[in-house]
Amino acid sequence: MVPPGSRPHAPDPASVTGKAPPIGEATDLLVIGAGPAGVSAALAAAGRGVPVTLVDENPIPLSAMGEEVPLHFGGRMGAVVANRNAMLEAVLEASPRLAEAVDAGIDVRLGTAAWGLFPRRLTTNWIGVHVAGLADADRAYLIGFKQVIVACGRRDMGLAFEGWERPGVMGASAAYRLAKSYGALEARTAVLLGAGTEALQIADALSEQGVRIAAIIEQAEIAGGPQKLLARLVGKGARVLTRHIIEQASGDSRGVTAVRVAPVDGLGRRTGQPLQSIECDTVLLGVGAVAAIELLEAGGCAVRFQPERGGHAPLLDGSQRTSLPYVYAAGDCAGIWPSKTLCEAVARREGAIAARAALEALGVRAEGAPEAPSTPDGPAADAALERLAWVRAAILQAPGDPQVCQCEEVTCADILSLRPPRYLGRPRAPGARESGGLAALEDVPPHPDAVKRLTRAGMGPCQGRRCREQIAALLALAAGRPLADVPLATYRPPVRPLRLDQLAGLAESAAMAQHWDSWFGMPTQWVPFWRVPPSYTVAARCTEGPEAAE
Amino acid sequence: MSPQGGEGAAVIVIGGGVTGLSAGWWLARDGIDVLVIEAGAIGWAASGRNGGGCSHHHSPLFLEEQRLWPMLDELLGYPTEFRPNRIRIALDERQFRLYRRALENGARQGFRTDVLDPPQIRELVPFAGEAYGGYFYHFGGHANPHRTVQAYAWALQDHGGRLLQHTPVLGFDTRGNRVAGVRTPRGAFACDQLVIAAGPATGALAAQLGVALPLMSARAEMIVTEPLALMATGAVDGNGLYGRQTLRGNLAYGGGPHEWVELQDVGARAHSTVLQASIARRLYALFPKAAHARVIRSWAGFIENTPDGRPVLDRPASLENLTIATLSSVGFGLSPAAGRAVRDLVVSGRCGFADLSTLRLGRFAGLEPGWRALQGWLPAAAGGE
Ligand SMILES: Cc1cc2nc3c(=O)[nH]c(=O)nc-3n(C[C@H](O)[C@H](O)[C@H](O)COP(=O)(O)OP(=O)(O)OC[C@H]3O[C@@H](n4cnc5c(N)ncnc54)[C@H](O)[C@@H]3O)c2cc1C
Repeated sequence: MVPPGSRPHAPDPASVTGKAPPIGEATDLLVIGAGPAGVSAALAAAGRGVPVTLVDENPIPLSAMGEEVPLHFGGRMGAVVANRNAMLEAVLEASPRLAEAVDAGIDVRLGTAAWGLFPRRLTTNWIGVHVAGLADADRAYLIGFKQVIVACGRRDMGLAFEGWERPGVMGASAAYRLAKSYGALEARTAVLLGAGTEALQIADALSEQGVRIAAIIEQAEIAGGPQKLLARLVGKGARVLTRHIIEQASGDSRGVTAVRVAPVDGLGRRTGQPLQSIECDTVLLGVGAVAAIELLEAGGCAVRFQPERGGHAPLLDGSQRTSLPYVYAAGDCAGIWPSKTLCEAVARREGAIAARAALEALGVRAEGAPEAPSTPDGPAADAALERLAWVRAAILQAPGDPQVCQCEEVTCADILSLRPPRYLGRPRAPGARESGGLAALEDVPPHPDAVKRLTRAGMGPCQGRRCREQIAALLALAAGRPLADVPLATYRPPVRPLRLDQLAGLAESAAMAQHWDSWFGMPTQWVPFWRVPPSYTVAARCTEGPEAAE
Repeated sequence: MSPQGGEGAAVIVIGGGVTGLSAGWWLARDGIDVLVIEAGAIGWAASGRNGGGCSHHHSPLFLEEQRLWPMLDELLGYPTEFRPNRIRIALDERQFRLYRRALENGARQGFRTDVLDPPQIRELVPFAGEAYGGYFYHFGGHANPHRTVQAYAWALQDHGGRLLQHTPVLGFDTRGNRVAGVRTPRGAFACDQLVIAAGPATGALAAQLGVALPLMSARAEMIVTEPLALMATGAVDGNGLYGRQTLRGNLAYGGGPHEWVELQDVGARAHSTVLQASIARRLYALFPKAAHARVIRSWAGFIENTPDGRPVLDRPASLENLTIATLSSVGFGLSPAAGRAVRDLVVSGRCGFADLSTLRLGRFAGLEPGWRALQGWLPAAAGGE
């Protein structure tokens, strides 16, 4: 742009140029998530002369758990989770390889959540390096990285029914996390919703820990997970009710005390046969395991609905590399399929593959023969069809109108009829178009973000983690389109809610403070129209004057 | 029914942001056959990503902005969540001086402002801490951009106007000094009059018609917290921030430096950056009593600016039936008035309610060709990927 030979001009002082924050910490390889994939990635990269940093948000602060972040804990964490030191010990104990990682010289940071990946790229170029936003109990900070392996695991698809906001209704993975990593699951008798591989595996593990699985409820004709696991659970007294759906969770102030389950047909319709009541203190939502892609998606990695990877997952090459060449995904957040769920070695292998590629990108030659790429070996079931079937049976065919988005109290009917949020006062006569519901958006299927903007479904403090899959399924069903056609509601940093004073504590440059304006800092923009000169040139422009924008 | 290629409209508006939709609505209200063509979904660009502020006392459209907002819900038939008035808090003397300009501009145009002392601020704004001083402007206010975008679109359709989403205009057919129609992947659409209100793309589209409209695009960011107890007046900002408490209770604020970007990169998603921490820092200073509110999202949007940062609302002389409308990064609040001005320009060639002479394209006739570099409006050095 600047003609050759001419003096380069000073950058716009009100722009981001020159205001990059001090990045207090830096690493070459950042690994996010210390499950099997992440630990294995970090260990594979250790000892090669490359600084490796491994972060994991566990132990998660009680306050976050109480807000169902990052998993749907359903208030079933024991009092002991308030004891941070005890929880740190529990987490270390639950994962012996973490100690190995520390011994291998890896910078291991527990209780440290990654809330944003901020790659340097064309339109976000001002920081100059790739950085990740991290936060522990006390502070938020930035760390520069060259390569990052995201191994954030999974969470649970939520499923609405009457009473699912009661304590005790929780994600299956959340229960597993509480039981396995913290030894702090407060559940005696559970009903499991869903009978796929992921659900049965967790139920099996929980029953080993003394949780009684009273019943397994599955809307499909058959329980899709491994029959061996199913038989073991049945052997311990679990009833299996296929072609059933939970219609209601009832309870008292401490939470669920029973669920009522209804028989349904292949379309999720109530058959009219009598409902059964099952006593329980916990409902495990195991209808779908969802790859925890929020960091990847918000960071700008290409993500697609890939049924063979269990839903939305990053697009990966054979070395677990995403569309951003310095970002890798490994383990469940790279996609979930039965053989990966059943055998931890798959996730570990993905971690090692990613580490090898990341090392090579850092100029470190890999040792040994490369591993074959990790590819889904065929899904046991079609994740899209299953999600649609669950949502049809539990929500669309429900006799009532379940609340799909708990944070913002948005029901199924609110979503389908595009009803303005409660704070606008109800009932009121809708405008002519508004009464047309979703169709009034003239976008088929509608974008979940468009529906969110108008109904607030998915807009709340849990950041949509409990409702987004249900909303997408509802939009697909309403439009009569495949689930994969519904765009993914965007994720945005911070992908973990951060206290204002915590986010505010990030260091910033002196230049930022020196030239901060609310909007563009351009004096000419705000000259009142009665004082505007008739023509404009750069040479004659006024550069003085108050800039604070309106 | 969506219009099909081959059909046309008396007026085609390119761009389904607040400017194009408002213009389309004003035209449709007059019974004019109008078609708004939007490359993506309506409001997906800046119009759905802004602060919702409606206080532009420097603009020739200010009086109309202030007149229209309080009645807009009724005019449109759908809620915009508009709330009147604005409080601005200064944390130091410099800010206090800066924020006085609104008082002066408002007073000149007949609007009242009260100066607030720290105790008054504490009383009016429960989240505020130690302030230097502030203002209660009895004008301006804020609305919900998402709802406003949709309200324009539905109102436009209620009046018989048409809207075509996911249809980028790629080129034009011209006949002599006239634009005969637009070309899209869904076919060509003929028109008697054309309005280009395409945000950052306005300049490139105008250039295809031989009209030089100098523009540069930039990225800006905002943050939002979880819902908090409602303050009596939600339109409170200051300390270098713009924004509002939403009617749901969230604090939604933005401000700070922008990043200049090339137009060809504007098509990609606008990502927010670590600037969110600097915004949070100033929001925390503004509202220390909201320290524990959790920030749950951030976002970014692309906006265009003319070299002097002021809108161009004009009919370029070289063509008989073209109107261009860029609000130069400050277009949400002005949209009810800007749409009406565009309607006037299309229908009669001149604005009947405001003097738009300062918004003419001709002011840039002597602009230096290297203006972007001269002003330092260049993207940060490329690299990284
Ligand atoms: C973070 C942020 C905060 C802001 N805060 C405020 C505020 O508080 N108050 C205020 O008044 N303003 C604010 N603004 C500015 C305001 O949002 C914009 O000025 C305004 O939305 C511009 O509206 P528009 O319709 O002119 O352009 P846009 O919203 O950019 O819409 C242009 C539309 O044209 C479409 N388009 C482009 N090319 C084509 C093509 N070839 N064919 C078809 N369609 C095309 C685009 O897809 C887009 O939808 C803010 C902006 C941002 C980003």
